[in-house]
Amino acid sequence: MSREPIPLTVLGGYLGAGKTTLINHLLRHNGGRRIAVLVNDFGDLAIDADLIERRDEDMISIAGGCVCCSFGSDMMDALRDLADGPAAYDHVLLEASGVALPMQVAQSATLLSDYRLDVIVTLVDAETCVDLLGRDYVADTVAAQIKAADLIILNKSDLASAAERERARAQVALLAPDARVLEAERAALPPEVVLGVDGRSRPLLDLGRLTPHLDHHQAVAVEVKSTVDPTALAEALAAPGLDIVRAKGVVRGHDGAIYAIQAVGRRSEARQIRPPGDPRFGLVCIRHGRRIEPGEVEAILRAVTRDQDCTP
Amino acid sequence: MTETTIFRARQIITMNPSNPEATHVAVRDGRILGAGPLEKLAGWGDYTLDERFADKVLTPGLVEGHSHIMEGTFWRYVYCGYFDRADPDGETWGGLKTMSAVIERLKAAADKLKDPDAPVAGWALDPIYYGGRRMTREDLDQVSATRPIGVLHASGHIMNVNSKALEMGGLLREGVNHDGVPLGADGLPTGELKGPDAMAPVGAHTGFDRDILAGDESGIRQFARLCVRTGVTTAADLASLLPEDAVEMMLRVTGEPGFPARIVSLRRLIGLTPKEMIARAQELGRRSTDRLRIGMIKVVLDGSIQGFSARIRWPGYYNGAPNGLWYVAPEQLQEMYDLALANGVQIHTHTNGDEATALALDTMERALARHPSPDHRFTLQHCQLADAAQFRRIAKLGLCVNLFPNHHFYWGDQHFQTTLGPERAERMNACATAIESGVPLAIHSDAPVTPLGPLFTAWCAVNRLTASGRVQGAHERISVADALKAITLGAAYTLKLDGEIGSIEAGKRADFAVLLSDPRDAAPEALKDVEVWGTVQGGRIFAAAEI
Repeated sequence: MSREPIPLTVLGGYLGAGKTTLINHLLRHNGGRRIAVLVNDFGDLAIDADLIERRDEDMISIAGGCVCCSFGSDMMDALRDLADGPAAYDHVLLEASGVALPMQVAQSATLLSDYRLDVIVTLVDAETCVDLLGRDYVADTVAAQIKAADLIILNKSDLASAAERERARAQVALLAPDARVLEAERAALPPEVVLGVDGRSRPLLDLGRLTPHLDHHQAVAVEVKSTVDPTALAEALAAPGLDIVRAKGVVRGHDGAIYAIQAVGRRSEARQIRPPGDPRFGLVCIRHGRRIEPGEVEAILRAVTRDQDCTP
Repeated sequence: MTETTIFRARQIITMNPSNPEATHVAVRDGRILGAGPLEKLAGWGDYTLDERFADKVLTPGLVEGHSHIMEGTFWRYVYCGYFDRADPDGETWGGLKTMSAVIERLKAAADKLKDPDAPVAGWALDPIYYGGRRMTREDLDQVSATRPIGVLHASGHIMNVNSKALEMGGLLREGVNHDGVPLGADGLPTGELKGPDAMAPVGAHTGFDRDILAGDESGIRQFARLCVRTGVTTAADLASLLPEDAVEMMLRVTGEPGFPARIVSLRRLIGLTPKEMIARAQELGRRSTDRLRIGMIKVVLDGSIQGFSARIRWPGYYNGAPNGLWYVAPEQLQEMYDLALANGVQIHTHTNGDEATALALDTMERALARHPSPDHRFTLQHCQLADAAQFRRIAKLGLCVNLFPNHHFYWGDQHFQTTLGPERAERMNACATAIESGVPLAIHSDAPVTPLGPLFTAWCAVNRLTASGRVQGAHERISVADALKAITLGAAYTLKLDGEIGSIEAGKRADFAVLLSDPRDAAPEALKDVEVWGTVQGGRIFAAAEI
């Protein structure tokens, strides 16, 4: 079935970090996206009864075209069935088990060309992080989960003291210096953070389409009128110091071709695309936890653009 | 009117210390009335004297405590192993000593097929015997450039495929980025696929049908024929998912009057929470029959040593490879053990590396403190790298072990040179230490990883010879008597069946292995050459020649 590859988010993290909470949250607040969620087992999943349209042994159909599948030992089969099936999803969220290595899970899922890796997100419990990194048996696994992440969510930040959060951040920074680290309480993140700023590759320049979960100060849309080096721009947007969680846009390269660029945490990519009709060229960038100003994005653009003409 | 049959044999080895040898055994309703001289048994009333075994030796039916019914299914594929191996029909397939020989056999199989697009699937490959060179897709392209060809390794964990198969699986392209898919100088996959995820896109195209491998009727029948040929009357099938249709099929097939073996099938912990597993195990337990025992749980904690996916302690892998994978988190294992002990459900746990074993021991200790259980018989499967201190803990915790001495023969040299280094390779599968520490011991084949055949497994435990002829870990060799016990009562004990099988004594099931010679008469090096005539299972007679 040759459709465009489906963006895939791999969700990793040790037991108790909040993966299920995050999944519950995203199924409830998917921002109009048709999401397919793959989990090891339904376990503690608590989907509101009035959202459930149908429930089988392995699959729960959820209002809005979403679905949740438990794959047990058959992750690859479940991914293939999903891609081959009739339904089209805007995004797939794949939960790695509590002791799985998210990098391996991501590598495996993308062996199937139906999928394109969007981001590896690792959830970390701010309270227990430091302890886990020193705990018998699991320390190296937890460290590997953190190292693999593009985006690290320091969850349960309300339950950890400031000192604990600081220590956790320090350890995480040592293991994953380039990863974007966000704090969250009860994994209540804007869906844009985990699932991207829009559906598939439709460019989004209208901030009104972002969900109410995203503080409007933390998102900015900028038009890009001149040509740019798409790879350089994507990489610049993913740079650690900037703390941009997500950036997405459509630009024209110096070679005249059109590119979709994306930065998610530390992961960046630029892909040539052939959109029908006349695309609008621009960028949407979001942060989490603090404001972002159009001027910051413009400064980045200036650094990688020849032409100085751009307006917010 | 139920009949009594008294079998006469040249020798009956009962494994009953109070009555160790006999010439006759009386059987009624599929169970043993007693063993001894004819005069002692005649008091049971009218009988039929059956002298067909007059020149044969009877032992208790051999018990395989860790195998997979899948061995029966694999024989539908092309055997590509280095060693000779007998199939369910009794035909011995010669071992293939070079990679060219493997290609030739696959080609011969391909040439027989009418459909030019049909795949050819092989199994039991082990390239370590072909001198360091790995198999590539170009090798298998020699079998066919137009059919998909796939060959599963003996470990079951790696597959080699040809270019066509890669293409059909969407992997014959640049940019494949996966630790389990090595790339050649041309940037394309070499054709070696390591691990189930890497195999998944391609496997079905090469004829490895997932549904069939999960449990098919012809597979269980073929497996049962192999049991008859190897003297096995009870075999454990470890790590099945036991979906409902498979359970119904297995109940039906094992219940047939001519089905020659008892199968104990364990449900693997995966896809269900620990609480759900207990419910499922209890539900299955209520449906057990004499020849299909279900209701036990299998937990897989880590991977394999030769696959570098076992969890091992300091100093780690000999060649510096990183530590392996956990398949279950410590908290989940704790919950599973706690719930199982509280509910009387038995668990067998796969631990290959000593770190995995250590976690299982710590977890068991806590679980037992909360739920004291005098006779739980939780068993550590493989437990290949446990050291003496761990065996002492195993004894104190009342755990059993089912060790894997066949590993020394097939991969002993590899462990010595590459995975673990000399001293730890020598202590692997420490049968003598287990016995010395008072740990109940079983030994197994893990068929199809190594061939089903408890006498061969016993030979491995007694001799500890590697394929290159070295003795590896002489101290851990055990006596023939201890090995025979491990493949009868020892294994039965780990399955909580020692009251019904494992020895020839009054009240037990009439399960016997019928041998052409006395295994105690053989030189220890010749134990594996003792021939099997067939079996008696539940009093029914099965000749290997006619199965």
